[in-house]
Amino acid sequence: MLPHIPSALSLSLSTVDVTAYRRVGVGVGFAAGAALSVVALLWMLLVLTGHDAGRALGAFWAGSFGSGYAVASATMVRAIPLILAGLAVAVAFRAGVWNIGAEGQLLVGAAAASAVGLHLGEQLGGLALIPALIAGAAAGALLAGIAGLLRARFGVLEIISTIMLNFVALHLVGYLVRGPLQEPTGLYPQSATLLLAARLPIILPDTRLHWGIIIAALTAVSLWAALRFTAAGFRVRAVGANPVAARIAGSIDVGATTFAAFLVSGALAGIAGGVEVTGVTYALYEGLSPGYGYTAIAVALLARLHPLGILITGTLLGALQAGGAAMQRDAGVPSVLVSIVEAVLILAMVSGARRPPLARARWAGVGDDTRARSATTT
Amino acid sequence: MSDTVSQFLEAAVRTATPLAFAALGEVLVERSGVINIGLEGAIIAGAFGALVGAGTGSVALGFAAATAAGAIMGTVAGGFIAWLRADQIVTGTAISLLGLGVTGTLYRTMYGAAGAGLTIPTLGSAPVPLLSAIPWIGSALFAQPLTTYLVYLLFPLLWWLLFRTHSGLALRACGDNPAAAIAAGIDARWIQFVALIAGGACGGLAGGTLVLAQSGTFIEGMSAGRGFIAIAIVVLGRWHPIGAVLAALLFGAAMALQYLLQAMGWSISYQLVLATPYVLTLLALAGLAGRAAAPAALGRADLGDA
Repeated sequence: MLPHIPSALSLSLSTVDVTAYRRVGVGVGFAAGAALSVVALLWMLLVLTGHDAGRALGAFWAGSFGSGYAVASATMVRAIPLILAGLAVAVAFRAGVWNIGAEGQLLVGAAAASAVGLHLGEQLGGLALIPALIAGAAAGALLAGIAGLLRARFGVLEIISTIMLNFVALHLVGYLVRGPLQEPTGLYPQSATLLLAARLPIILPDTRLHWGIIIAALTAVSLWAALRFTAAGFRVRAVGANPVAARIAGSIDVGATTFAAFLVSGALAGIAGGVEVTGVTYALYEGLSPGYGYTAIAVALLARLHPLGILITGTLLGALQAGGAAMQRDAGVPSVLVSIVEAVLILAMVSGARRPPLARARWAGVGDDTRARSATTT
Repeated sequence: MSDTVSQFLEAAVRTATPLAFAALGEVLVERSGVINIGLEGAIIAGAFGALVGAGTGSVALGFAAATAAGAIMGTVAGGFIAWLRADQIVTGTAISLLGLGVTGTLYRTMYGAAGAGLTIPTLGSAPVPLLSAIPWIGSALFAQPLTTYLVYLLFPLLWWLLFRTHSGLALRACGDNPAAAIAAGIDARWIQFVALIAGGACGGLAGGTLVLAQSGTFIEGMSAGRGFIAIAIVVLGRWHPIGAVLAALLFGAAMALQYLLQAMGWSISYQLVLATPYVLTLLALAGLAGRAAAPAALGRADLGDA
């Protein structure tokens, strides 16, 4: 059931939809351009730092796209958490929610999933995966929900609160792996290993690629469809585009929609953590995520917040990280070099892009009428 | 007992010093209406700059290089944020990545994968006569490296600049109502640009302190989230220089407490102690620990003219 929308608003929103169609074409061209500039940039950086660029790029290719094994075991395995967390960032940003807490939500998701997987693995076997992933989603949603509540109730900027919560999550995991969830010998700061039955099965034999790729792909398609075709998705886009118009002209409950966006975003990041634990690491430890939640911001932005685009950009950044690791392993090039590439990609995009529409509406707020009013006057 | 306490306090102040530098710079930046998530990048750049500078054998050159490296990162951030009006969060994320990437790459390229057998001069503590003899707090406050004393000078200076000068008023106007500031003839872009450079320099100084007055060496990624901690400190300190220094001390104490707890064999609870300042910051934000009011236009890409 679609809400009744006055024509002026529906007109302006349908313009947004046309650009969304155009975005797909632009997106594919953009991804190709990004891939090309990545190679050019890598080559330049390698030459500048005095490395054998040919050998390093060879290692980069071999480790990312050079073989079926590399694509499946290195690139796609890294792409899975990046896609899921990227979707988390995208749904939030689409709603005008600046959730930069995907990293923390991913970590608590991993913690909850491993706790459930460890406790239920013996009784339920493979069925334990479902409650484990649900627990991961719930934990992520809970953490994001705190930021959502702080914004709705006290007008706290979620940029700041989600950063704080990232640290709370990190230290919480640090506590869990030294306390309640520590492995039985008590020697290492990590949890026990998940039983074979409670792990996500490998999808391609003889690779490390697990079922998480199906989860990531299905989530991306569902999120795209939900944003594009459902009333709830419409409300999210309307609130993100202009919360004041959404409230006045669209009679949309901006507060409820924003809060829902926090929860969905947190749940997706939580699933990313749950999938990482059950599909890759099989145990909880502090260094579980090499900053997936932060890289996810780049993944989402490079895809212009389009869920299907995120499948591509997540894979590209997964390849970048996989290739970087291979360069370090096989050509002695520091893998952090790829962080420079990521940074330049993001900077090129922000300076090239028109000002994102949500930047203006960002603080126009939710449960905070003074901000909403000042947004109308400026 | 009193020995343990004064050792703890001394560690707290020492740990708080780089945090205070970064946070004071961020107070300036945020008061001008910009939130610099890229502070992390300035700190790590400063740390690496300190290594290169002090590698020549001079601690002073180390600090100079650290400050310059931080200022360069601030300039990059300022170019995108103040002049191109790029989104602050996105730009900041990229600047942090850039700092970690460039320093990591240069470090491994210049010193090899194993890292150098680093012998760089460091800054010893310089006890102030008489003052350092005050019982309990004397050695904590006045038997520190010179950088800590620089904090004592910097925060009143920043307070005076922000609240007692025309430039400070103009800067705060940019943070609260950029459109009005521009209407009053203030060049908001220029002010935010300069604030970001100065904030970056403070971040660089924080990184320099980390290397030259604390750890004595450079480790990849050694900023370890201090840029984000500084942002928390600014919030907890309610965007005020004095508040920021006190909040930095609180975070420093929490971090120093972990060593104390570890030494006492409480291996797990220090993680919870470490999390406490962040929870406190959240409570402060929620107004439960006193109302914290952010500059009204903080984080906005436009200058109220859009």
